[in-house]
Amino acid sequence: MGKIFKNLIPYWKSVLIIILLLVIQAWCDLALPQYTSDIIDTGIQNSGIEHILPEKIPLDKFRTALNFMTEEEQKDFIDAYNYKSADSDKIVERKELSDEKLKELDDELIIPIIMNYQMSSLPVSTLNKMLKGQNIPEGILNTLEKKTVEKEDEDGNKTKVECVDASPLMAIMIAGSPDSEKTLQNMREQMQKQIDALGTDTLMSSGKAYAKEMDLLAGVDVDEIQTNYLWAAGLRMIVIALILTVAAVLVGFFAARVGAGVGMSLRSKVFKNVIGFSNAEIDKFSTASLITRSTNDIQQIQFVTVMMLRMVLYAPIIGIGGVVKVAGTGASMWWVIAVAVGAIMATVLTLMLIVMPKFKLMQKLVDRVNLVSREILTGVPVIRAFGREKREEERFDEANVALTKTTLFTNRVMTFLMPIMTVFMNFVSVLIVWVASGQINDGNMQVGEMTAFITYTMQIIISFLMLTMMSIFLPRAAVAAGRIDEVVNTKSSVTDRENAEELKAKDGVVEFKNVAFRYPGAEENVISDISFTARPSQTTAIIGSTGSGKSTLVNLIPRLYDVTEGSIEIEGKDIRDITMKSLRDMIGYVPQKGILFSGTIATNLRFGNKNASDSDIEKAAEIAQATEFIDNKTDRYDSEIAQGGSNVSGGQKQRLSIARAIAKHPKIYIFDDSFSALDMKTDKQLRKALSESVADSVVIIVAQRISTIIDAEQIIVLDEGKIAGMGTHSELLKTCPEYLEIAKSQLSEKELGLGEGVESNG
Amino acid sequence: MADNRRRGGGHHGGGMAPVEKAKDFKGSIKNLVKYIGRFKAAVVVVMICAAASTVFSVIGPKILGKATTELASGLFKKIEGTGTVNMDAIANILLIVVAIYLVSAVFMFIQGWLMTGVSQKICYRMRREISEKINRMPLKYFESRTYGEVLSRVTNDVDTLGMGLNQSITQIITSICSIIGILIMMLSISPIMTLIAVVILPVSAFLLSMVVKISQKHFRDQQKYLGEINGVVEESFGGHLIIKAYNKEDEVLEEFEKTNKILYNSAWKSQFLSGMMMPITMFVGNLGYAAVALSGGLLAIQGVITIGDIQAFIQYVKNFTQPIQQMSQVINQVQSMAAAAERVFEFLDEEEENQKVDNPVDVTTIKGDVEFEHVRFGYNEDKIIIKDFSAKVKQGQRIAIVGPTGAGKTTMVKLLMRFYDVNDGSIKLDGHDLRDFNRRELRDAFGMVLQDTWLFNGTIMENIRYGRLDATDEEVIAAAKAAHAHRFIRTLPDGYNMMLNEDASNVSQGQKQLLTIARAILADNPILILDEATSSVDTRTESRIQRAMNNLMKGRTSFIIAHRLSTIKDADLILVMRDGDIVEQGTHSELLEKDGFYAELYNSQFDE
Repeated sequence: MGKIFKNLIPYWKSVLIIILLLVIQAWCDLALPQYTSDIIDTGIQNSGIEHILPEKIPLDKFRTALNFMTEEEQKDFIDAYNYKSADSDKIVERKELSDEKLKELDDELIIPIIMNYQMSSLPVSTLNKMLKGQNIPEGILNTLEKKTVEKEDEDGNKTKVECVDASPLMAIMIAGSPDSEKTLQNMREQMQKQIDALGTDTLMSSGKAYAKEMDLLAGVDVDEIQTNYLWAAGLRMIVIALILTVAAVLVGFFAARVGAGVGMSLRSKVFKNVIGFSNAEIDKFSTASLITRSTNDIQQIQFVTVMMLRMVLYAPIIGIGGVVKVAGTGASMWWVIAVAVGAIMATVLTLMLIVMPKFKLMQKLVDRVNLVSREILTGVPVIRAFGREKREEERFDEANVALTKTTLFTNRVMTFLMPIMTVFMNFVSVLIVWVASGQINDGNMQVGEMTAFITYTMQIIISFLMLTMMSIFLPRAAVAAGRIDEVVNTKSSVTDRENAEELKAKDGVVEFKNVAFRYPGAEENVISDISFTARPSQTTAIIGSTGSGKSTLVNLIPRLYDVTEGSIEIEGKDIRDITMKSLRDMIGYVPQKGILFSGTIATNLRFGNKNASDSDIEKAAEIAQATEFIDNKTDRYDSEIAQGGSNVSGGQKQRLSIARAIAKHPKIYIFDDSFSALDMKTDKQLRKALSESVADSVVIIVAQRISTIIDAEQIIVLDEGKIAGMGTHSELLKTCPEYLEIAKSQLSEKELGLGEGVESNG
Repeated sequence: MADNRRRGGGHHGGGMAPVEKAKDFKGSIKNLVKYIGRFKAAVVVVMICAAASTVFSVIGPKILGKATTELASGLFKKIEGTGTVNMDAIANILLIVVAIYLVSAVFMFIQGWLMTGVSQKICYRMRREISEKINRMPLKYFESRTYGEVLSRVTNDVDTLGMGLNQSITQIITSICSIIGILIMMLSISPIMTLIAVVILPVSAFLLSMVVKISQKHFRDQQKYLGEINGVVEESFGGHLIIKAYNKEDEVLEEFEKTNKILYNSAWKSQFLSGMMMPITMFVGNLGYAAVALSGGLLAIQGVITIGDIQAFIQYVKNFTQPIQQMSQVINQVQSMAAAAERVFEFLDEEEENQKVDNPVDVTTIKGDVEFEHVRFGYNEDKIIIKDFSAKVKQGQRIAIVGPTGAGKTTMVKLLMRFYDVNDGSIKLDGHDLRDFNRRELRDAFGMVLQDTWLFNGTIMENIRYGRLDATDEEVIAAAKAAHAHRFIRTLPDGYNMMLNEDASNVSQGQKQLLTIARAILADNPILILDEATSSVDTRTESRIQRAMNNLMKGRTSFIIAHRLSTIKDADLILVMRDGDIVEQGTHSELLEKDGFYAELYNSQFDE
């Protein structure tokens, strides 16, 4: 985990911007529900009227409204209107007031306004109940204005209710009461209880309905107000949505750039480091593993980085935002959120704990199915020759059954996840409704708060869910990060010494002095006590059976590895005191396996010598016996070489890599078993041409065939890492039993010039 | 590897990867439906469950809304003094809601459980059928393509299919159910507003297709440069030795950085653009919401629609976009599923070798006389490589086939084993045409040691016993001794019980060769084929193996393919091949006398 974050340090500015943008995104995300509900609640339900004070109000109604107000309220109410100047046209107009001022007045005047509004259309049944026991003459009721109001409950069912405008009656009652102040106070207290229970939202709606009614009476175009409001609210919502989108897109932009940047710099770091590795480090990791690390692993880190910046960072931000919002609702149901989050996380984690080991197992079983299929496919001839089709089918079936069983198990466990999550989320809403209903019933909570609470709770839960989900694939990324780190932190064991010098070679004589080499971590030396001198104008051949250390020995010369004991000197200078560049510049190395690079034949031949002329490379190709097949190609030297040289045969690759070394005109040639892929004839011709053209160079040949090295001036026989014999062919036949054994295995005694006249039994 | 790269990497594209399409979509789907046929009952139940689950989950919120209504009306009653909140009623409603959600979840669960089972069983069957199919196909098929190709059908394609089946069927059903349900509800409220809501969809589709179009270009770029950089990495790490030895580090690095930079540009662009999908859909969704609310409000003013209807309508609009988004994802999945299914069925429909003949010749009494009569053969009808070859081989004789690399030496072996059939003429075994044998039985007559030392991931004991499955441990050990393998096996950790690892790289090439010889010795077949059996070991080891092989060849008719001529001089018959054709035949001395191609080959080794 830490390793993933470490990669982000160079991008701290972008990360900061991303966090800022995420905060904006979260703010919009949390605010949006409010804006969308505004359209419905205010725009449609309240006809776009935002405040309880009407824009215009008929004078008589204005006066009635004052009935239920305290002196102070009356003053503020009157102040809000052009009361005095309104005498003439009987319509009182609201002053231009700021939105804030209007909100203040909403809060202050809601009680008297609503009382007034309720009285103005009181259901007859309610009125009768109120008047019961009071000493009011029957007749008065008939003087009241009657109307039939259609009421709608929340299900949309409409009922007709007969109502009366009871406000004049109330005014009389209050005025006529000996204790008018107290009566009013009682009524207001009752009202306050109602507000506490229903919440301000519901009452605000009634207040706004009052405003709408007054406006209509005063001739204000209410439809226009609504239309305007709807457009404005719609626009506000779209603006918020737009900000949200822009923020999200920008986050995506920065995250993508940071992710790709992290990928790029990791790739570069790993590649650079690996190129600097000596063979020891390459062997330690294996080429295949290094390739996976610098491709798939880095891709994964890149992907996870983007995910992290876009989602993992977002989850806590929106979670905190949701918590703040929930706190804002004032609802005391924290435990519901805690229980919900706890239960969901516990479920997810439990399922993960059950499934994770199986997931790992599944990967192994997939590998097993792959392995068995690959074995069957590569072994088709053998399987058929032995008639083992049935057995292979059974072996495959075994792997197939195991994989199917495990996959079925994991997938079935995972099928629990979706239904359980949905059920949990739904149950949380139900639970909130249930608990809130109780609290609302007790007057401790409002209906609006409940709805808001559900919305924000969901947001918090989802953010936790997101974190949990991320926690599934973060560990995998952490493993990848660790693998990459391992490569980056490995230093090459072969480096230039501080005081290394350039060496301009004159004759290139190579001397091994008591050289021993041991692979890192191995228990035994691969080669030991190796001392010999390879001189210019001579061929030094090294022969021995597989595993005798021939390749290791020559790999020490260009410092692909460093000796563990003794030293190798060129012209009397320890090769570790020469810069690697100048050392390698004088060596023409041809490896066991022909390795080519994508490009053309010509670019491959110029690999060691950029400035080689056309005739130079043609000459090199001729010596390497490559001319024939090159000339057979339509583009000759410009023929494409595919990646890894996969479009030329093994023998052709080998010849090209020999030509590549020759075109370099080095002082020292090293052929590491380079001739074995060639047939005898080509081998011979090549050696003949070579000896003519590299006359004054040091030539070191590792070989398996006696015929390849039969003419060498010096043959070194290696056996189990030690020199078993040194000399020419004919000398060694006499002095070195190991050499004799090798020779006998390849050539008849006649050909060896031993035992004249003894024919093999042909 | 190349194959993986072609199709891989798409997982991270967030549905951005250009979807691979089937050549014959309808046909593949038809085949797939036929294949699923045996699980018809389960699939029907899955469909019903998916539909039921959707219906219940749509009802849920509506009923939950009733609880709020009940609460509110209770409050009004309380205020008016006519009653109180009926907590019992609310509790009842909530219990119903809980029940509904539970039922919905149970349906969802049953559906998932069944579908997982069905898709896994289908995957199992397919893999099994592919593995059996491999054994019935002509060798030709495998020689004309990489095994990676076949391998990816067993794994990638079957996996894609399984995943697709598991999710797409249920998702299609749930999405369609929700879309239809919601559409009906919306239409019943207001056709005009439904129109407005639906008009948003093409806008959304258009915007998204624009994003997809642009981003697909970058995605392809990214895949291309990713492939390129992986190529550079593979090549450079593989050729690390040469890069070091030729001082090319700086140049290679420079090259790499160039590609890396290009990759960076396409990578962030494709990532960025594919990341834009979500916000854009969300924005269009919000836009639609605003449009519906606005038009609803305006319609309400004109009295066309009531406020309650608008509220209900808007709820549906909110739920409308989700199933549509799901559908578009599912369509992609179905497409790649069809492509995968096509490849799998294509493979299963490949031509097969007929395994059996009527009245097959009994193979148990075979002595080992082989006769080639005017054999004419070519891998392609129009490219005949063996024109007219005749030869008689007596039981116990040794026949060597020599020639330069690529001369087609193994062709003879393939004909003998009936991996291929002759175009004309015939090959007879004890006087019976090879084609009168049952293929599998015929092969029992041959023991084989190949250059490619194929061993499998199992113990050494198991690998040798592969030659004869009912062999006792003693017999296996005896065979190993005869192959001169016993001693080295004893020095290995765990001896005969040592597990060979995946590439059998924990034993040396020479040791592997000895194991395959032991395997052939154990098989004890009348005819033996040694195909360059010792080409990749050094000569000292070879001479040891040679001794083992001499043990093996005693009394058997044997065919030896070799490029080291010293090993075959005493063969009874040497066939010399060049460019796919047999140019000379005879004994060593006859051929040397002839002074032809063989003599040239032979002498070139010792020419001074």
